[in-house]
Amino acid sequence: MRGISKSFHGIPANQDISFSIESGEILGLLGENGAGKTTLMNILYGLYQPDAGEIRINDAPVRIHNPLESIALGIGMVHQHFMLIQNHSVLENIALSHKDTPFFFPTVKIREKLENFSASFDFNIDLTKKIWQLSAGEQQRVEIIKALLNGADLLILDEPTSVLTPQEIKELISILKEMKAKGHMVIFISHKLDEIMDICDRVLVLQKGKIAGSALTRDTDKISLARMMVGRDVVFNIQREKIDRGNQILSVEHLNVMGDKGLPVLKDISFEVFENEIFGVAGVSGNGQRELAEAVTGIRKAESGKIRINDRDITNTSPRHIYDQGVSHVPEERIRFGIAPGLFLYDNAILKQHHLKKFSKRYFLKYKDVKDHAKNLMDDFNVSAHSIHSQIRNLSGGNIQKLILGREISEKPQLLVASHPTYGLDVGATEFMRNHLLELRKTGSAVLLFSEDLEEIFELCDRIAVIFDGEFMAILDSGDRRLNDIGLMMAGSKRI
Amino acid sequence: MEDMIVSTLERAMVAGTPLLLATTGEVVCERSGILNLGVEGVMAMGAVVAFIVTMTTGNPWLGVLCAVGVGMAISILHAFTAISLQANQVVSGLALTMLGLGISGMMGKPYVGKPLLVKMEDLTLPFLSDIPYLGKILFAQSPFFYLAILLALAAWFLLEKTRLGIQIRSTGENPKATETQGIPVARIKYLCVLIGGGFSALAGAHLSISYSKSWIEGMTAGRGWIAIALTIFALWNPGRAIGAAFLFGFVFVVQYLLQPLGISPNFLSMLPYVATLIILLFISFKDPRRLNAPAMLGEPYKRGER
Repeated sequence: MRGISKSFHGIPANQDISFSIESGEILGLLGENGAGKTTLMNILYGLYQPDAGEIRINDAPVRIHNPLESIALGIGMVHQHFMLIQNHSVLENIALSHKDTPFFFPTVKIREKLENFSASFDFNIDLTKKIWQLSAGEQQRVEIIKALLNGADLLILDEPTSVLTPQEIKELISILKEMKAKGHMVIFISHKLDEIMDICDRVLVLQKGKIAGSALTRDTDKISLARMMVGRDVVFNIQREKIDRGNQILSVEHLNVMGDKGLPVLKDISFEVFENEIFGVAGVSGNGQRELAEAVTGIRKAESGKIRINDRDITNTSPRHIYDQGVSHVPEERIRFGIAPGLFLYDNAILKQHHLKKFSKRYFLKYKDVKDHAKNLMDDFNVSAHSIHSQIRNLSGGNIQKLILGREISEKPQLLVASHPTYGLDVGATEFMRNHLLELRKTGSAVLLFSEDLEEIFELCDRIAVIFDGEFMAILDSGDRRLNDIGLMMAGSKRI
Repeated sequence: MEDMIVSTLERAMVAGTPLLLATTGEVVCERSGILNLGVEGVMAMGAVVAFIVTMTTGNPWLGVLCAVGVGMAISILHAFTAISLQANQVVSGLALTMLGLGISGMMGKPYVGKPLLVKMEDLTLPFLSDIPYLGKILFAQSPFFYLAILLALAAWFLLEKTRLGIQIRSTGENPKATETQGIPVARIKYLCVLIGGGFSALAGAHLSISYSKSWIEGMTAGRGWIAIALTIFALWNPGRAIGAAFLFGFVFVVQYLLQPLGISPNFLSMLPYVATLIILLFISFKDPRRLNAPAMLGEPYKRGER
């Protein structure tokens, strides 16, 4: 690939990226979330068209318009979220994707093919089982079989280990080594340093859509890769005024929480947050941040452990009860969880407070008060909208987020749980959000902040926890020199 | 007594035939992820078209053919709104039912009460029909009966044993994953809605030119709705639809058996509908995963959305 650039709505996702891969090579693609790894691979797989640059295969320039063409060129991709039909058997799934499936009795023919095929690769999967009966590792193998059976010479694996157990990772690695020995090429996307060092011959580091560096794994080490990935040695830039923290507001003890798939996602988490403090949780998304925020705000059940607010046990009580204890929440995915998109601005301004005396009387809302409140929020939090009668889905992301923040902190919460509050916002709105969080800290509230943006974490937080795979790798004061290795901790390679 | 049992079962087969046809069509349609609540209306259209064409040309098979064509054509309305416009499938299906019932009533006005003189002869299979009891029940029926069973088996074969079948089922389960394998999801859905419409119209044709040999407005009498319930009862499997349809055919005729016992006929004519409710109630207790319902049934699929 040469000089590849791609931008979405004017925001560059890839800028002038060039690299090559040769047969029998495993290339690692390393970078934080949003660094442009998946975009780059989707271009190679034909899902997106590049704005500039070209792709060459065996020195011949090609244009890949859709996945069918890339499959014909011998490129296969295993997406992070598997493209499998859960209710169908392994055979049916492979028959669906295979290019030469016969019309009649397709599964019979596919079974024959697979039996020849498994003479060369050992996949060890029951072909008649339904996909939902398989473990994540087995499902991934089905995806790999699909690609190989379609004649893929180049296999792209997008975050392949994120759903696997350690044992399954070992099996995946042995399959990849086997493919390498047979001359296949593999592009391995990951943000985990250990795996990259383990599996890949060469590694390409992406940072904010550009190539930050590339190296042979045998010539480099984890620390320099981590620095390349994060983009700089961590600089401390503290402009917060020093405030001594007050009383303990939130305490979490030995918290265990299950994820959506019924597997443990948070493992024995303990921490406290105090008045006048911003407690930051840094980490690559998907390591348990969402589940932690949901458990604290009462949306997700805690399997064991205690969550206390002001020494009062709120574990597994209702979200409204927790809200009444003074816990506010600025959720991630603001459109899905923060607002009701089809309702008016003034409805959304009281989503959590509609039951309070000041907005309702018996069964009726006091619309005059509600609208006055919405107008005040708009003024106080600089929400620019046509009027309070606008449907909220028509507002920009920044204005929606300002309204949510206003709604959540207008009642002066004891604790604000803020998940990725500035994700996707422009500079102005980001600055506005951050200042309000600092303001909240000054007036005596506690803030639990989840963010992937290290700059934000360092700028705002008094203490920083680094989360990896559902565990805290460290909880450190923001002045601690050991935070230089935060990249390593986020990648799970270092624990303090 | 023996005679009564044999004739009841024989009539159960006749009553079950349109249910089987319509259910088979709806199974194919729903397997592709499209819920079509227009069965009742398309059935009525099929009935009236078959009746009119048969009456004027004297050829019942031409009537059937025209009915199927019209059924498919009118189903395009639902396909277009549900697939191309990604509209709410419940609303669009209901609209199709109302449209079909309305148009058929209007078209059929001049034909109400007129008897059909052209007959579609029963197909009596040699030897097999001589089997005691069974022969009369199973092997001396109208051609629609055999057609319904053959088509149900063919639909089962199509869905389970062909590549197109895998594509249809995958479309209903996970259109996004299906599309990434390069399969034209929208085209497959259109095809299945058309097949479903053809089957519904065929069921209607059976009602007007074979079952009652006359046309009256509203003669479909909710059979289309029962077919939709049977689709669930058959767990979206055309093979099981055979048993389910004839079981309900039996419920339809059993009311005549019970009438001499002094039970009110109005109460008895409720039976098929009550049975439908009971069955839906039972089904809803089952583990949804075992139920086999297409995962994306009734969900509009928008391309390129995450």
